[in-house]
This record gives sequence, C-alpha cells and structure tokens, in this order.
Amino acid sequence: MKKTIRGKAAKLSRRTFIVGSAAASGGLALGFNLPGFGSAVAQTASEGTEVNAWVLVKPDDACVIRVARSEMGQGTITGLVQLVAEELECDWKKVKAEQVTPGQNLARKRVWGEMSTGGSRGIRTSEDYVRRGGAAARILLLQAAAEEWKVPVGELTVAEGVVTHTPSGRSSSYGKLAAAAAKLEAPDPKAIKLKDPKDWKVAGKPMKRIDTADKLDGSKIYGVDIKLPGMLCAAIKDCPVFGGKVASYDEAKIAGRPGVRKVVKVKDTAVAVVADTWWRAKTALDALPIVWDEGPNASVSSASIAEQLKEGLGASVSNGDRQNGDALKAIETAAKKVEAVYSTPFLAHATMEPMNATVRLSADKAEVWVPTQNAEASLAALSEGSGVPLAKCEAYRTDLGGGFGRRGGTQDYVHQAVEIAKELPGIPIKLIWTREEDQAHDFFRPISQCRLAAGLDASGNLTGLHARVSGQSINATLNPAGIVNGKDRRQLQGLWAEPGDAQLGYTVPNLLIEYVMRNTHVPVGPWRGVNTNQNAVYMECFMDEVARAAGKDPLDFRRALMGGHPKHLAVLNAAAEKGDWGKPLPAGVHRGIAQFMGYGSYSAAVAEVSVSDRGQLRVHRMVLALDCGHAVNPDQIAAQVEGSVAYGLTAMLYGECRVRDGRMVDLNFDTYPIMRLAEMPKVETVIVPSGDFWGGVGEPTISVVTPAVLNAIHAATGKPVRQLPLKNVRLV
Amino acid sequence: MAKLNINGTVRDVEVEPDTPLLWVIREQVGLTGTKYGCGIAQCGACSVHINDEVQRSCSIRVGDVQASDRIITIEGLSADASHPVQKAWAAIDVPQCGYCQSGQIMAAAALLKRMPKPTDKDIDEAMTNICRCGTYQRIRAAVHMAANGTSRT
Ligand code: FES
Ligand code: FES
Repeated sequence: MKKTIRGKAAKLSRRTFIVGSAAASGGLALGFNLPGFGSAVAQTASEGTEVNAWVLVKPDDACVIRVARSEMGQGTITGLVQLVAEELECDWKKVKAEQVTPGQNLARKRVWGEMSTGGSRGIRTSEDYVRRGGAAARILLLQAAAEEWKVPVGELTVAEGVVTHTPSGRSSSYGKLAAAAAKLEAPDPKAIKLKDPKDWKVAGKPMKRIDTADKLDGSKIYGVDIKLPGMLCAAIKDCPVFGGKVASYDEAKIAGRPGVRKVVKVKDTAVAVVADTWWRAKTALDALPIVWDEGPNASVSSASIAEQLKEGLGASVSNGDRQNGDALKAIETAAKKVEAVYSTPFLAHATMEPMNATVRLSADKAEVWVPTQNAEASLAALSEGSGVPLAKCEAYRTDLGGGFGRRGGTQDYVHQAVEIAKELPGIPIKLIWTREEDQAHDFFRPISQCRLAAGLDASGNLTGLHARVSGQSINATLNPAGIVNGKDRRQLQGLWAEPGDAQLGYTVPNLLIEYVMRNTHVPVGPWRGVNTNQNAVYMECFMDEVARAAGKDPLDFRRALMGGHPKHLAVLNAAAEKGDWGKPLPAGVHRGIAQFMGYGSYSAAVAEVSVSDRGQLRVHRMVLALDCGHAVNPDQIAAQVEGSVAYGLTAMLYGECRVRDGRMVDLNFDTYPIMRLAEMPKVETVIVPSGDFWGGVGEPTISVVTPAVLNAIHAATGKPVRQLPLKNVRLV
Repeated sequence: MAKLNINGTVRDVEVEPDTPLLWVIREQVGLTGTKYGCGIAQCGACSVHINDEVQRSCSIRVGDVQASDRIITIEGLSADASHPVQKAWAAIDVPQCGYCQSGQIMAAAALLKRMPKPTDKDIDEAMTNICRCGTYQRIRAAVHMAANGTSRT
C-alpha cells in the first residue's frame, strides 16, 4: 500500500509525477506515504503525465483532476471536477479525482490556491481558476497535436479527450499527447476565454457523484479508520468546565490495565490515556481518577447566560448596527406597534464522525492524518505544536465524516494529538474523541436573543423596524481581529445592507438593526449557516407576526417590501408558486413561508404542517427555492437542500446545549437528539439559477427551514413560537 | 479470548469479554467499515447483522456473542457491492459524507430480508439510524427501489 511520489528534478519534468517505491528518494519534496488508504478518490498522485497543476493524464487516456478543497459530503469534489473536465473536454467516464496535500501546495507556491473549505466557498471562490486550469491543459494538448501534425491549431477539434484534424483525417487521444503537451509553455491563464455556461455539457448537469463507491462497502478510510505500523490509540478528557485545568490524577489506579502505555497531561487542561487499542485507552481513562481545578466559570448556567443576554437587549451600547431613517421614532408614532423577543440556544455540530487526528513525530518529519476542512490550518497546527518547520510537515487529509464548520481553522484536536505524540516520538498516535467529549468541547453555535419592534400605519404598511440581537460573538472566540472599533458585523449576517453576500431582502423606510455583544465562557464557532440561521428565525418569524398584525397575507406583505430586491423576490415567488401558496389545503394542514440570503445565494421555503389537538407537530412537505447563480450539479444541489432541511429541522425540534455548573449538559444523542427518517418531510427543490453570479450551496437554505415551519405553526395554532427548540414548547 | 464468526470466517480474538463487539470488529478484527457514532445504541452507525437481524454492535459485549452466532458486517454484505440495497444506494447517490451509510445499508438490508416490500410506515419504523448529513429522503427512495428492483424515475 505504500506509495511515494516524487517529481524528477529537471525543469521540464516538474510536470511529471512518478510513482515509485517507498525507498525512492530525491527530487521535489512531494513524496508522501499513505498506508491504509483505500479511496475512490485517489489520495496519492497517480502514474501519468502532469499537463499542468490541475490535470494529470494517464497513458490509457484517463484524466486525473486535482482538487484542493475538502470533501465532507457536500459534493465539492464532483462539482470541481465537473468544472475542470468541462473546459478540459476530456471523457467524463475516464475522470478521476485526486486531492492535493497542503505540503505539496506550499512546496509549489500555493499553485492550487486556498484549501480551506467553509462558508460554502468550495466552488464559488475557486470556479474561475479551476476552469482556467482545465482550459489551459486543453490548450496545451491541442497545441501538442498541432505541432506533431504541423497544422494550425485552429483546424483542430476536440471531444471526449480525442483531438481530430478533419482536413487530414488524423486524430489522437489525450493519453498520447500528454507527454508532448507537458513540455510546452503554459498559456497565460488570464488570456483564456472560458466557455459560456450555456454551452456546458458536463458542468451544469446532474452527474453522479464520483466518490460514492467506497461509501457502500465499508472500504472508505475515514480519520478514525487510519492504521499505521506500530500505531497506538489515545482517548482524552479536557476539563469539563471551559477555562478550568487539571489539578491532579492518580495514574497508579490504572497501572496494569491491559494495553495501557502512557498517561499524558495535555496542555494543563486535559488528560489522555494511550493504549494499544482505543477501547482500552477509553476505558482506562474512564477509570482514571482526575481532580479538576474548575476555575472561575464553575457556577455559570443556562439561566445565568439567559439573564446576561436579556440585559444586553436593553443595554445602551451597540456593537454594530445599520440604520436608515429614524426607526425608533417611526415605531413610537405608528398607528400600530408590534413587539416580540425571540431566542435561540447553543448548538453542537455533532458530526457523525467524532473529532480525531493521527500524528507521527519522527526525527526529521511531522505528519498528521486528519479529517479537516482546512488542511493548511492542520499543517500549521502540526508545525506550531511540534516545533518542526512547515517544510518538514505534511498533512494527509481523509474525507470527513461530516464537517458543518467544526473542522475548520481551530484544529484543537490536532494540537492535542501533537502534544500526546511528543511524549511518544516515532510512534503514530491516533486520538479519537468520545461522543461525550465531542459534545462537551465543541465550538458551539452562538447563543442569542433578539428583541424586535415594528410600526404600521393605518393601512397596515410597515413604517419602521427595529431589531436588536444580544448574544455571543464568533469573532470574539476565534478571530478578535474581525471586531473593528468594537463593531462585529458578522453577528448580523443576513441583515446587512450591502448586496452580494448576505443582504436583507427588504426595504424599510425607517430601519435600525443592532448587535450587542454578550460573551460567555462557552467557546463558539461557525455552525453550518453560521449566523444566518438565527437571524432568519428572528427576522422571518417576526415578519409573519407583523403581517398578521397588519391583516395581510405573509407573502403579499413581504412582496410589498421587496421591490428593490428582485433576486430575493424571484426566489420567494418561485417557492410560493411551487409550494402552491394560496391554494386549498387538506383540513388541518397549514402553510408558512420565509426567505433569506446567505453565502451569496438567495433562498426561500414554503412549509406544510399540521399540529394535532395534543400539540403534536407533523411537517408534511417543504418546497425550497434557491438561486445560487450557477448550478454546477443540480442533483447534488438538491441533495444539499434535502440535507439542509434535516439539519435545520433537527435544530428546530431538538437542538439545545444546556449549561450547568459551567459545563455542557447534553453529551450524547439521548439528550441531544438528531431527527430521524420518520420525521423527514417530503422535500422539493426548485433551483432558479439566474446565471450572473456564483453563490454557495452547502449552507444558505438551512436558514429558511425553521422560519417557514414556525410560520406554518403560527398559521395552525394562531400563536407565534419565539423560543427554540420546540421540544420545550407547548404548541397548543 | 473469544471465538467469532464474522463474514463466514471463524476467528479467535484476544480481548476482554466486556469489550463492545463494535470495537472488537474494528480493532482486533480490523474491519473498519462498521462505525462508532455514539456508543449508546442511539445512532446505528455500528449496525451489523447477527443471525440475520440488525444489531447495534456498540452495545453488545463480545463475551455475550457465541461462536455459533453469524455476524455479518458491511464488508461481508456482498462480495462486490452487488446487494440490491448497495445498488439502489449507488443509483440514487444516497451518501453524502458516507459515515453513517454502512449502518444505514445494514439496517435496510435486514429490513428487506424480513419484509421484502416495506411500506413507508415500515421504513419509518425500521430505519431509525441517524444521518447527520440528512440523506433520509434518498434512503427512503433507495429502500423502495431495492425492494422493487426498479430504477429511478
Ligand atoms: S455507535 Fe452504536 S448506536 Fe451509535
Ligand atoms: S451521509 Fe453523512 S452522516 Fe449520513
């Protein structure tokens, strides 16, 4: 299984990757060993000729397309390969994908660009250069044929990897042309004219995913499945109270337990046990008496945090705002006034695969095998923790058993695994968190409350709107530089005035939107959809309350405010039409509607629900409309939309991480339930790509799921729901 | 020491009897297609067949398994991913991250063995594994497809 790749040292063959034996040495520092991998997406550079950084052609005409972004189920590998293949004009049936490593990327001056995979950016911020990469490879391959046949390149045609010169009847394939193409001077990427998406044949089509096969027979290797020679396994417990430390532990109590090799204190706050198997490490850790110094936060509770946020709703300082007109005055003097306070809890990501990383520190090299959304951040964490220079570090990325924002920049589990591995030099250490550890030490979706007020004139027109969000800041935990002059714009995502990314779709004559930062000791981070989810609940549920107070249909009421936002409006209309808004429903079934923008894309949803006499909710059907600009793979977009409904409904129904005595209370799926198949509504996806921008897909639609359902519940019961999750709310 | 019949092969494993079958399959036997998700019988990522019935292997002590019990893991469901459930899963592109799918496929295969033509309600009751990526709509469609031998419409 061991494979090493190296490039030949000579200049022209920088483009050639050679697969050699593990003993091979010299050449460009691209080599890496990947024992234990068995993936549909190659993890090592394959045999063949590198035409350019993105495309490697094999003698049998198979094209290996390089991907820099991480795959966590969102289909980014398939989508990116479609885009390259479209310009390359290769045979789709012979396409393979290969992921590059951050060490390779560094060694080649980041030729593959950014590797971070979050913010629904995988395709939208790399589509241009990956398409140019595919086109450049095509140009080189055609040029090679033209030179071989001594004909003008303009007389050549290409389809499915076969180049033809019709006047002379000659043809050749990419596999035969690649070696000559690799020696040619690359064209200037900026001068390349990309195809008009109207002419796409592979991109824009519902191609099957190219990474499914090994997910069906158990052969796919995730981070938790890594096996290396001589490897030991580790289990870890970090102080359950954030900010606390290890006071002491009694190692003697677990001496002599089978398989146990070492107990390691990790960075003052955690204790790990290393054993020959993970189960032995985990059970020994359970048996290890640990005394914690819980520190200053040991009395914090959900109730004390709720009080802290409530205080922020009335505080005099704002940490970010947008305004036009005078909303407070407009509301004060309105014919009718509507007010409400909403709240949303901390949430855990709960990726199905718990956090893990495998680290090996040898004399002159540091390596990590890790499921990561940001392989370059993993590499940096490895180098930082081990003290080994970046050039001697490598990170081998496994596909992720879920990411949802948890496996991005923080890389806390890599830091931990490095600390443990330092105590056992040369020995690969696989650290796996228990589910309980995963739930206790997440970077949670930030908690917040929102107070809203609206003013209506005598005809029921909205004259003023005021929203004040009081809650925790992601930037305060992860990126203090993102807070400028005390203002933290990120927490108002989706309510922004600026077009293009997460713009509020309404024009209100007098508008005031504020954020008041109230941080707790609980670490927070991006959670699929980040702040659009909470802000959409606040804005869109309140919009329904105001529409009702105005005596207007929620759709009509919104439309009247959206004239200046044609793309938001078009998506709302698409959802309303496909969702049969205004048409009759079976007795007891009610509809709700919502729209929002995030990640450069426009989303809207219509939900059909019923609420029984006993308050039992049933979500029957959801229609979601999405304008993501260009739809690279409509079937995978539908899959993301379906998944976003499950992710959103889980949060709405059950999602809540409670805090008691300074620690997280809900540590497994018994008290942090995840929605199951029986509760899944029928989901219909309407993609309305307007074709003049590139928007994200993985996250935007979650934001409209909960408000559409809550608005349908409001229609059913006549009562708004202002608190989540629903498991704590009596609907009737 | 335990004797286990896994995917038709009987093997001896050296392990404490209170070790969950899941971890014996993953660590001593070395078959990693069966996954850990919760360890408390909630998620079904660890689903295997024991004597044709689906079981959550994280919550079965290896000491309670008999040598005569026939254990099938995802690796042993078919030789070449040709089980109707695997084929339907491929045809509909069910998996997203894929981490839960070994368990989902084992649960679906056990359901169809017991009930060759399940209704939606049967599927609701039998398919209780968690999928955090939310592939439920496609799982339902794929179970029907596997049951009917139809292709996607
Ligand atoms: S790991 Fe066994 S049910 Fe979750
Ligand atoms: S496919 Fe990712 S958890 Fe099910």
